[in-house]
Amino acid sequence: MATIVGAATALSASKSFNSRKLHLRSRRSLSVSERKGSFLVVRSDGSVVHKAHRAQKLIANAVATKADSSAASTASKPGHELLLFEALREGLEEEMDRDPTVCVMGEDVGHYGGSYKVTKGLATKYGDLRVLDTPIAENSFTGMGIGAAMTGLRPIVEGMNMGFLLLAFNQISNNCGMLHYTSGGQFKIPIVIRGPGGVGRQLGAEHSQRLESYFQSIPGIQMVACSTPYNAKGLMKAAIRSENPVILFEHVLLYNLKERIPDEEYVCSLEEAEMVRPGEHVTILTYSRMRYHVMQAAKTLVNKGYDPEVIDIRSLKPFDLHTIGNSVKKTHRVLIVEECMRTGGIGASLTAAITENFNDYLDAPIICLSSQDVPTPYAGTLEEWTVVQPAQIVTAVEQLCQ
Amino acid sequence: MSLTTSTKFAQPLPLNTTSSRSKEHKLLFDPFRTNSFLGSTHKLRFNSLSKSNQINLHRRSAIVAVSDVVKEKKAKSSTNLLITKEEGLELYEDMVLGRAFEDMCAQMYYRGKMFGFVHLYNGQEAVSTGFIKLLKQEDSVASTYRDHVHSLSKGVSARAVMSELFGKATGCCRGQGGSMHMFSKEHNVLGGFAFIGEGIPVATGAAFSSKYRREVLKEADCDHVTVAFFGDGTCNNGQFFECLNMAALWKLPIVFVVENNLWAIGMSHVRATSDPEIWKKGPAFGMPGVHVDGMDVLKVREVAKEAIGRARRGEGPTLVECETYRFRGHSLADPDELRDPAEKAHYAARDPITALKRYMIDNNLVTEQELKTIEKKIDEVVEDAVEFADESPHPPRSQLLENVFADPKGFGIGPDGRYRCEDPKFTQGTAHV
Repeated sequence: MATIVGAATALSASKSFNSRKLHLRSRRSLSVSERKGSFLVVRSDGSVVHKAHRAQKLIANAVATKADSSAASTASKPGHELLLFEALREGLEEEMDRDPTVCVMGEDVGHYGGSYKVTKGLATKYGDLRVLDTPIAENSFTGMGIGAAMTGLRPIVEGMNMGFLLLAFNQISNNCGMLHYTSGGQFKIPIVIRGPGGVGRQLGAEHSQRLESYFQSIPGIQMVACSTPYNAKGLMKAAIRSENPVILFEHVLLYNLKERIPDEEYVCSLEEAEMVRPGEHVTILTYSRMRYHVMQAAKTLVNKGYDPEVIDIRSLKPFDLHTIGNSVKKTHRVLIVEECMRTGGIGASLTAAITENFNDYLDAPIICLSSQDVPTPYAGTLEEWTVVQPAQIVTAVEQLCQ
Repeated sequence: MSLTTSTKFAQPLPLNTTSSRSKEHKLLFDPFRTNSFLGSTHKLRFNSLSKSNQINLHRRSAIVAVSDVVKEKKAKSSTNLLITKEEGLELYEDMVLGRAFEDMCAQMYYRGKMFGFVHLYNGQEAVSTGFIKLLKQEDSVASTYRDHVHSLSKGVSARAVMSELFGKATGCCRGQGGSMHMFSKEHNVLGGFAFIGEGIPVATGAAFSSKYRREVLKEADCDHVTVAFFGDGTCNNGQFFECLNMAALWKLPIVFVVENNLWAIGMSHVRATSDPEIWKKGPAFGMPGVHVDGMDVLKVREVAKEAIGRARRGEGPTLVECETYRFRGHSLADPDELRDPAEKAHYAARDPITALKRYMIDNNLVTEQELKTIEKKIDEVVEDAVEFADESPHPPRSQLLENVFADPKGFGIGPDGRYRCEDPKFTQGTAHV
């Protein structure tokens, strides 16, 4: 187990602003239409040691929007400010309050409060059975969650690190994914499997995995990736309420993002993408942490006269082809930026989906920027070259828009 | 050592018939010495975990309880019958159903009515019947790939199981599961798990639900028990050990039933397992471990009563090793060339159905005629199941994608902005996904 709590430092935006309605029209009651988000700033390098060396490159402050920013004081705004892990916790707690069959199981989720504190304090409030500390036996406690889900509970299974869920692959694939079907629809598996993944800060190869590429071809499973405190809470609640098994991807470097979220209850749609920044010239599709690299690049691109449209696809399976398609029809150019592996990754599937559905609207071949096909190296420099950096995004957009 | 002499077969476990191994097998205790249904009245002295906080103490007593099983039974047996006539007839009918159903499956397989891997239960009926006939409808059963008979014992109709095997829409899983994936929500059959060991965590989860309902949801009357069946091969798999640990740790209402038929396809149990006495692994995890003659439905039933009772009373899990034998190959595709004919003959002579029949007749519980009536009835049930399955419709194309997601919104939103599942033709798989 590697604990990097606090490695990512979040700075609240020095300038907050009301964005225009950045969200798509609401197709379903679950979706959000009225959110006025203040953008968050993540500075993904919190380490004093590396600061001088890396700060410039790694600051990913997502302030490049078209909306005028105003220096309104945050204090007078409605809502409350939370870090991303607190937003996940708030969503979890609300659902546990609402429905007594909702329970949590995993390694160190109870007394320890979760390796990233997502379940902090919940064991005290709900007891050891509802917030169950399990032995280190991923395949078995995941299977136990599935058995509990089949017999009336709504468990949330936490992988202490997403990579550990490779040990539960059999249960996730055979039973989570297939059992509803093979049982002829008799048994439902309303389970949520969640945990921290992605390339963190020099965690080494095994703790830096992006499992979405492995899980995406399992039938019967939905996958979502959260990227802001707002959507983290909304997706957590939606995943818990879904009758389908849902895998919720969190990113180790995003837990300390800060954002003001509404006081009133809301739930996000599991199937909808999120418009981050409307634009005209090029569609940039991204998710999870890469959203911030994209937004950093977008700032540069705006200064260079480009007007990129940024969409956080959020739903990794299935894709929201409506939002994506509308954007492609408008910009005719697509850049995909992901942290997933290049071979067989989410970007590859997305490229295929766009080519199949919207090829006639494309004026240029799709460019897909992914992580290098390499076991994530430990050394900081090598690790940095493994994942896509903002400068590469700028270059790719320039190339696409030639 | 040579194992060709008939006396060696009195040894329950260390049968090694394939080679002239020089290695001396450790002799196990011999539950077959009393080759009859004698003496199953003895109440197993299960140790109640709640009564003792001293781990060493309860472990020791758990082991003692096991070794007592065989010896102490003799004394009391002749005075009391183990079952009533009604119980005997119920057990007999269930075992005969299991046998006749499986024999019919073999016929239908060779006639091309069913395909794939079909694993038959012949020979092991005493285990399924001995345990499952003691369960309530609300109790759950998790099985393996050899699951037809567990489903039948639990109450799923022969029609629904046969139809599933025929791949028809009227099957218990609409033809979507097949031989190795039998489910019934109504009867709480949780599957039907084709990979070794994966059903054990699911069963553990069902047992967790029972505890959760009682303690968190305050459903005081929820005393539901889960029984997990699996084989000797599974007992070398991590999920077995992991779940023994969790079930004992949280005192879950579950019974782990090992159907040790001595062979994991072609791998002899003693060639695969450092200590072939599986029941011993129970005490190692703080739960009673029991060895029972799995060819004797009455002995199985006695052990099952205790184990299920413990679970129902909230006293925690039990590991039961039933020593049994399959009369056919691993599956219908298995040429079954490795097992020694003498070994097969030994167990064939211990056929659990014949043994129960003899016990009931010897004790004047039933007449030959009454049993014949049951056999005839079961023949008709199985014939009817085949007819029903044969005449049932194949699944229509519209069924193809119906059960991929419980909430079909999981198929997502199409380019037109509507959920794909709103397309009426969607479930046929012809709409572009």
